[in-house]
Amino acid sequence: MGKVLGLMGNEAVAYAVKQSNVDVIAAYPITPQTIIVERLSEFVANGELDAAFVPVESEHSALSCCVGASLAGARVFTASASQGIALMFEITFIASSMRCPIVMAIVNRAFSAPINIHCSHDDTVALRDASWVHLISESVQEAYDNAIQAFKIAEDSRVLLPTSISLDGFILSHCLERIEVLDNKVVSDFLPPRKAEYKLDPEKPITFGPLALQDYYFEFKRQQEEAMRNALSVVKEVGKKYGEISGRTYGTVKKFMTDDADVVLVCMGTVAGTARVVARSLRKEGKKVGVLSIRLFRPFPAQDVVEALRNAKAVAVIDRSSAPGCIGGPLFEDICTALYDLPEKPLTYNIIAGLGGRDITPEHIKQIYNTGYKYIKEGKVLEKVLWVGVR
Amino acid sequence: MLKGWKEIPIGGMILEPGNSVNFKTGDWRAMKPVIDKNKCIKCLMCWTFCPEPAIIRHEDNSVDINYDFCKGCGICAKVCPRKAITMVPEGE
Repeated sequence: MGKVLGLMGNEAVAYAVKQSNVDVIAAYPITPQTIIVERLSEFVANGELDAAFVPVESEHSALSCCVGASLAGARVFTASASQGIALMFEITFIASSMRCPIVMAIVNRAFSAPINIHCSHDDTVALRDASWVHLISESVQEAYDNAIQAFKIAEDSRVLLPTSISLDGFILSHCLERIEVLDNKVVSDFLPPRKAEYKLDPEKPITFGPLALQDYYFEFKRQQEEAMRNALSVVKEVGKKYGEISGRTYGTVKKFMTDDADVVLVCMGTVAGTARVVARSLRKEGKKVGVLSIRLFRPFPAQDVVEALRNAKAVAVIDRSSAPGCIGGPLFEDICTALYDLPEKPLTYNIIAGLGGRDITPEHIKQIYNTGYKYIKEGKVLEKVLWVGVR
Repeated sequence: MLKGWKEIPIGGMILEPGNSVNFKTGDWRAMKPVIDKNKCIKCLMCWTFCPEPAIIRHEDNSVDINYDFCKGCGICAKVCPRKAITMVPEGE
């Protein structure tokens, strides 16, 4: 079953997209673009992938091109990061509102200025309200696995929403990892060619993207909300089915020693691995700590989060992006909202860390757990938002 | 009359062509064209120039206005060589 390869995150995503038999790839090639689309253009050029590769003049055009191709019934992929995502912003809402199941890889990179290109989650969290399904990867393996599942989720008739897969810039995108890839045939069986129920077809003319004013706009937004609610179960369903072909089953969150934990650290992306290493060593010292890694950022799996955190005494949430002027980072606000209805709530505090690719070290994690114990001892949160690792 | 979110196609798609006739634009109108049939010489200038088209042409080239779609732009009144069309405020 499958084979083992040494691939960088970028290459792993490109490999998965190739195996997913996409029809159209549209991308803008210049920074902050990554090697993902460069590899795909090579696959198309050397005949390994039978797809149209459209090199466009901006990310705004890249996603616009994807919208058109998706409405024509194609399986569509694009990738971008930071400023590219910012430039796409207008079209991200159009893509979801027109119900285009586009898959996009977001290599998480910090928003300018200053120009940075290293890891922050700014780009993904900026799209939190854009009605996209957002999957987060912790490793190169997960980036590969998420890419294949993303098409299945996006194209499900109960969902029909664009889906992003995020991977931490450089930490995953440019790091070589041992990964297991599936056989082409296994992926093709898992992902048969897309059959769009509605598409641009001269034989059966229909209209996409008309005007809807006070009379109908509201109803279309309600439909999107329903699709998002459906996505929650579709993500779980697909994660389970993917487990059957790969041996790697996916849910919405990943729990690590949370059941009896006093302090649970909640995070997204690669920092979860560091946190688990630290949690394991603190457990040896008798400290009951755990880690909750969020794999599905949108739709937000509130129920699963509450189930995992309900017994904790303190919950630390790491945001790898800052939201100046907000109560805390975007993930923190989600977690607090999810926990609000619990009769007995854990103490909650927010950590802003790792901005612009700054390492989040085991020492930082230890400090975060210790803060939790301090708050538990005091019986209250002394400081709600802590910037860890900043000078 | 207006449908709920479960009853309409997703994403604003319109599944059958030519259904813009269901979209009555007449209520956009502030000024309403009124034809004086005694002055009309059936030249069809109004019928030619109406952008909507909301001028109904009869067999004998006499005309009427389709108020379901007339937006009240006033072009018909402007081009009428006999000043047979006057624009009057809606509701008067």
